[in-house]
Amino acid sequence: MDRAETADRIAALIEPFNKKGAAITDDTTFAGDLEFDSLTVMDFVAAIEDEFDIIISMNQQAEIETWRQLIDAVVRLRG
Amino acid sequence: MTDLFDKFQPIIDMREGLLASGVEDPFSLVMERVLSPTEAICNGRETILLGTYNYMGMTFDPDVIAAGKQALDEFGAGTTGSRVLNGTYAGHREVEDALREFYGMDHAMVFSTGYQANLGIISTVAGKGDYIVLDIDSHASIWDGCKLGDAEVVPFKHNDLEAMEKRLKRIPEGAGKLVILEGVYSMLGDIAPLKDMIRIAKDNGAMVLVDEAHSMGFIGPNGRGVAEDQGVLDEVDFVIGTFSKSVGTVGGFCVSNHPKFEILRLVCRPYVFTASLPPSVVATAATSIRKLMQGADKRAHLWENSRTLHKGLADRGFQLGTDSPQSAIIAVIMPDLERGAAMWEALLKEGLYVNLARPPATPANMTLLRCSLCAEHSAEQVQTIIGMFERAGKAVGIV
Repeated sequence: MDRAETADRIAALIEPFNKKGAAITDDTTFAGDLEFDSLTVMDFVAAIEDEFDIIISMNQQAEIETWRQLIDAVVRLRG
Repeated sequence: MTDLFDKFQPIIDMREGLLASGVEDPFSLVMERVLSPTEAICNGRETILLGTYNYMGMTFDPDVIAAGKQALDEFGAGTTGSRVLNGTYAGHREVEDALREFYGMDHAMVFSTGYQANLGIISTVAGKGDYIVLDIDSHASIWDGCKLGDAEVVPFKHNDLEAMEKRLKRIPEGAGKLVILEGVYSMLGDIAPLKDMIRIAKDNGAMVLVDEAHSMGFIGPNGRGVAEDQGVLDEVDFVIGTFSKSVGTVGGFCVSNHPKFEILRLVCRPYVFTASLPPSVVATAATSIRKLMQGADKRAHLWENSRTLHKGLADRGFQLGTDSPQSAIIAVIMPDLERGAAMWEALLKEGLYVNLARPPATPANMTLLRCSLCAEHSAEQVQTIIGMFERAGKAVGIV
């Protein structure tokens, strides 16, 4: 699976969590632009982990602030 | 110069907003006189206490008080030292002996608070390259222990067996694993399906830590907690507990049968780099722990209270945190923070103290009025409490 396909699958997963209906670009932030609270983050992360059969630990989550960083992390964790 | 306190402005504003609406400040409540485990004078008013963790009412037990007074006379006000230096007195050995007997385990390590017990054990036992898998509703002390350590931390949805198992199975082969669970979750008062969770943890090669802070003395055949109640205590590697609930004082502990457990006394920083508990505290704790081993009548009455209060509130239309009473905690779910604060204050004016619990302490951003029962609450007091809830609930428009 290439990066574009990974990004597409994550875009589908984030849709129900994007209550603001904000446009998502590489620099979109989850806390700031999307206003995700900690519960939303937990559910969203769980959906991604299940989709790709990976673990995104708390340390790794702390490093992910933007959409680009999320895609990078998932691509890397998928191996 | 940047004021480092700028970061607190949103909380300061929220607090000022709440107080400006006229409610009493939950954080400025003072217990001017404490009359018994269930009654105090709060901010000038006679108040029934329904928001303490004094589950077995041991704080005024005559034997416990006598032991404390004697220890003050014989050993002085404090140890003035860490357990690894001059801070291990006879009383520290005695309370650890009492714990080993209570739990029927080989080792017991006492920390100065339960918070420190979780901080210390979790950050030390799970290290770099290890994985901690924990319930998302875990207590702050557990989360802080995870943060203090170097392990990878992987949360799962509250009490969700499948979610826990998925995460365990994704951990790389050969990595160390510690699953952290609680017996009773302290916000809603619900128990964990420990039997199934521990089986899954063991099937996946993990060590298991269970925090039984809110179950000691009244859950399980010997009051050892939810794991004992579900028949799986001997599969638990580490049990964490506290002296600040059923035992009635302050302090924390870890009990274990791990053959190498004692080395933790040298490598656990929240044990090493802090003062040990005062002689009077370990004396009251040891006495209380031994009395809890004989507490069958108190225990029965505590459960009676829990069932009565749960039913009484449910019958009157309150939304509760659990469908049935599972512990000594009954959480009443409030529609929002404003009405929760108003109800909390209405209850206080009725003469009842309960905990007002709100985010970030609560799961799912809820506002809760959290009630905790004591074996010393009389049946009459419980009826009085139900009446107070009904009146306050109607006045605020909750029921």
